Amino acid sequence: TKHIKTLTKSTLKKSAAKGECQTSAD
Amino acid sequence: MIHKYMLNGIRIAMDINGGSVHVIDEVTFDLLDHYDEYRKGNLDEAELYLRLPQHSLEELKASLEEVNTLVAEGLLYTEDTYQDLEVFKNRKPVVKALCLNIAHDCNLKCKYCFASQGDFGGAKALMSLEVGKKSLEYLALNSGSRKNLEVDFFGGEPLMNFDVVKALVLYGDELGAKYNKNFRFTITTNGVLLDDKKIDFINEHMHNAVLSLDGRKKVNDDMRLTLLDGGSYDVIVPKFKKLVERRGNKSYHLRGTFTRNALDFSEDVKHFKDLGFVHTSMEPVVSADENPYAIKEEDLPQILAEYEKLAVEYADMKVNGDPFTFFHFMVDLSQGPCVIKRITGCGAGTEYLCITPEGDIYPCHQFVGNDAYKMGNILTENLTLPEEMRATFRDAHIYTKEDCKTCFSKFYCSGGCHANALNFNGDIHKPYKLGCEMQRKRLECSIMIEAKRMLAAAEAEEQESAQDEKVLFL
Repeated sequence: TKHIKTLTKSTLKKSAAKGECQTSAD
Repeated sequence: MIHKYMLNGIRIAMDINGGSVHVIDEVTFDLLDHYDEYRKGNLDEAELYLRLPQHSLEELKASLEEVNTLVAEGLLYTEDTYQDLEVFKNRKPVVKALCLNIAHDCNLKCKYCFASQGDFGGAKALMSLEVGKKSLEYLALNSGSRKNLEVDFFGGEPLMNFDVVKALVLYGDELGAKYNKNFRFTITTNGVLLDDKKIDFINEHMHNAVLSLDGRKKVNDDMRLTLLDGGSYDVIVPKFKKLVERRGNKSYHLRGTFTRNALDFSEDVKHFKDLGFVHTSMEPVVSADENPYAIKEEDLPQILAEYEKLAVEYADMKVNGDPFTFFHFMVDLSQGPCVIKRITGCGAGTEYLCITPEGDIYPCHQFVGNDAYKMGNILTENLTLPEEMRATFRDAHIYTKEDCKTCFSKFYCSGGCHANALNFNGDIHKPYKLGCEMQRKRLECSIMIEAKRMLAAAEAEEQESAQDEKVLFL
């Protein structure tokens, strides 16, 4: 669009639906 | 909640609760100053435009329409609804990572060491094979259905007890086969005792190697002293180079600490690059105010400017495909960790524990020596960790830390370091303010870098496509 370029969309909302990660895929 | 900022000529708007990131123009940047009032009905459209006389009505209307569309699509001003998720409310974390303080002794005497030159303020000691084995057994038997388990050899200096390290790695492989677990070992070392045999063992068995060096020779040797008060740079740099050259594609980080004695730390990061290292990190020293090298609030403007300076150069590197990485500028906008992970943070005291050479258990390596946080001893038969302390750490997350609730960085930093909060504010629920300021700046830098890389890639693609059309036309 003219005024806004969206780089990424709501990744958090998607991940909410779905412990193997390291302390601090499809 | 949104956060907008401009850095390196790029205007960015983040949707905090959804994770969307947008690059916006000047009109939209200014419009967003008033949009919250408008969307709540406290400002009508005509009044909104009147507040922005520097922009044309046509531009403002088009910008407003785009913002309204993003809001309707759930890409701006989204609500935080994660606290009610069943998977969050009912989570029962199990231990999945151990820090083994394999040696409470060190062959350097770095001035800023939180481990008090390796012994954590107590007696010098090396972990026995028995304590190490019991620790790995505890991890295997108490990690529930988790398959991936981590063990970090830490200290003090773990190379001072390397025979035990080697034996534990082999024992971990045995246990992994027996219990269907994948033990992933890492080591954090000052490099002094590295030789060909140790390098080969580390490169074969360690999933990650963290190599401690502070940067330029003068900066490093000012803080990282040998036991004879000499500098350590000339001793360790050749050894780290050899380790990395032989390591292939396996993970490592050259990790430095910066202090107020050398706040121009971007020069040290660039020095790492000049030395040929690719994966780097540089951490601010965390130390009591009375220490002359401790970072103070008055240092913040210079530190934040230094992060920005590094970020501008780093962004150009990324656009040009340079593989060099700086740990705190790495952000995955397309995916990243799930929201549950982001809410709950590092896992200290629940998923992550630290074991001392004597077998004492603490919530993490930063709590070692603080008797109030000793959770038990690994040699105890039928060991049960104190449920009250586990619950305290389990429930210390971004929804129980007042400062985090309104912070734009909350889903990226996950509430910060419990130990820093305790040491500076006496409460693990009150984050360390200077750390928060630096974290927020690093996040702004990280997203700007990724935005610049993505915009450059899109532009290159457009140019290539236009070129293809031109060829087709001819």
